[in-house]
Amino acid sequence: MSTPNNGERILTFAQAIKEALAEELRRDPTVFIIGEDVAEAGTAFKVLTGLVDEFGPERVIDSPISEAGITGLGVGAAMTGMRPVVDIMFGDFITLTMDQMVNQAAKIHYMSGGKFKVPMVLRTTMGATRRSAAQHSQSLHTWFSHVPGLKVAVPSTPYDAKGLLKAAIRDDNPVAFFEDKMMYQTKGHVPAEEYVIPLGVADIKREGSDISLVATSSMVYVALDAAVKLAEIGISAEVVDPRTTLPLDGQTIVESAKKTSRAIVIDEGYEQYGVTAEIASVIADGAFYYLDAPVKRMGAMNVPIPFSPALEDLTVPTAEQVVNVAKMLCGRA
Amino acid sequence: MTTKKTTAAGDYLKIDQEQWIHMYQQMCKIRTFEEHANQLYLSAKMPGLTHMYSGQEAIAVGVCEALRVDDYITSTHRGHGHCLAKGAEIEPMFAELLGKEAGYCRGKGGSMHIADQTKGNLGANAIVGGSAGIATGAAMSAKMRGTDQVAVCFFGEGALGQGLVYEAMNMAQLWSFPVIYVCENNMYNEYTHFSQTTAGALLDRAKAFGIHTAEVNGQDVREVYLAAQTLVERARQGGGPAFLLCHTYRFYGHHVGDINREYYRSKQEENEWKTQRDPLRILKDWLTEQNRADDSLFESIDKQVAAQVEAAVAQALTAPYPDASEVNQHVYAE
Repeated sequence: MSTPNNGERILTFAQAIKEALAEELRRDPTVFIIGEDVAEAGTAFKVLTGLVDEFGPERVIDSPISEAGITGLGVGAAMTGMRPVVDIMFGDFITLTMDQMVNQAAKIHYMSGGKFKVPMVLRTTMGATRRSAAQHSQSLHTWFSHVPGLKVAVPSTPYDAKGLLKAAIRDDNPVAFFEDKMMYQTKGHVPAEEYVIPLGVADIKREGSDISLVATSSMVYVALDAAVKLAEIGISAEVVDPRTTLPLDGQTIVESAKKTSRAIVIDEGYEQYGVTAEIASVIADGAFYYLDAPVKRMGAMNVPIPFSPALEDLTVPTAEQVVNVAKMLCGRA
Repeated sequence: MTTKKTTAAGDYLKIDQEQWIHMYQQMCKIRTFEEHANQLYLSAKMPGLTHMYSGQEAIAVGVCEALRVDDYITSTHRGHGHCLAKGAEIEPMFAELLGKEAGYCRGKGGSMHIADQTKGNLGANAIVGGSAGIATGAAMSAKMRGTDQVAVCFFGEGALGQGLVYEAMNMAQLWSFPVIYVCENNMYNEYTHFSQTTAGALLDRAKAFGIHTAEVNGQDVREVYLAAQTLVERARQGGGPAFLLCHTYRFYGHHVGDINREYYRSKQEENEWKTQRDPLRILKDWLTEQNRADDSLFESIDKQVAAQVEAAVAQALTAPYPDASEVNQHVYAE
């Protein structure tokens, strides 16, 4: 992980996203952005501010409030020579795009026997604790991760966000790209020179030897925080960031678990039937004979996200909780 | 049925005889194709079900006749007619219906998902109204890429119950996309008469967005073709989207297994449409009256088409299935 103090070029997560989009819009005239309030408003989170000034309203298109419609337009445009980036303001609203993503975008290449491609990106958000209540706080990336034909990115750092988004735009498949809205101001090193991060390659965010913390998106920071606390009591935690849940880099995850012999999977989606369940199963399958403890899962509490701060904060895994589970798995509880 | 005559009979005479004959040929091809598809089902040679287009031929043919090969269409679960009218070959279509490797989609799509990118057919769609976004997006793409391609979205009146259709129409009109929404009102949303599911007048749905509308007798290919020609040219010149309402009837059931239909529509009604409003008969009679063709010509077309279709069926029946290794190919584009 880069730290913002050694003269490196530092961007926020939001700036990294915008830079990726700007570079791809410059590089490829078939790329365009469509979504609610993406132009002058620069999205509700001000991530795209200024893009419309450079690329014009023909390529940074303010749409009606029609999530299904703009996703459908994206599918059709992608099938016929364009590379749309469809902006869905809140991840909760992907429910409205489901038919277009699941029954159309995901299946068209297969159903057509490989004749048509759908090179589109659906950018959306995830993450709770913004006091936005049950319909603006969910992390629903698991839903798309269930569907063959889709790819799903859940970047955690500005560096990863930029490289993965550029890869997503260049990919010939529909990619759902989830950005934790609580991380938009998170800073990190982003080099000025061009780079692309392939989809499906995990990254070791911190090396360790006693336990693997496999974490996605903002949970990477929870895991890193926990790793620091665990180091203080002599437990060496490795933090593995899958970076994409589909395709999933099972090999890197399993190798880490084999090395450390213990694993906790941390993800902000609902814990039941979630990304944590899939990854835990991959670890159990691949590293069973190397494990000294059962694989533990930590996801969002299985409740609609409550509004009250006193309740909402209880629903998301914390570093303290990760530390406690890790201590237990390491026989130190 | 309130059908507006939008063209004078004289306009039909301006069209080349060859073109009308071609349209007859196309309609005949669809009718014969569907009869054989039905036989394949009844003789248990076809996996699954299929939805016959018989009775609605004039719409697919009249509209596609007004399109260029590089124009786009999206189709429906009742899609064989659109596919053939846009220029698809019979052999790979039957192969697809039977799940064979030689099919348009290597047997992976089947009847409800035939796509033919060489002819601009973006695919049939088994989600009612599901292709409204795709067709509109293709029109958006044509406009953004600076081509003068036009997209046609075929759908039945049942799709008017789907919200996506209105989201797409709103954007098409807002941004003046070259897309024609062709609504084939065959009067039945599966097994339910549309009057039980549809409030207000059908055309008002499009008019609410300020979309240009037209209404034709969908059994008369002459009317459909002339209306489509006008709307397609209008869209090609930058005139924006249009909504073409075609009144029609499906001669058979919702799908090939829907045989006992009397609980939702009468045999008398079916017979009236089949005997008095058959699109092939209407064109045939007119061409004969005009002394532009005679029975021997139609007989030879019918024979030729029948032979072609029979040969395609025989070929498809003996064609190999895809290899098992195909099952996980094309999940992702490389």
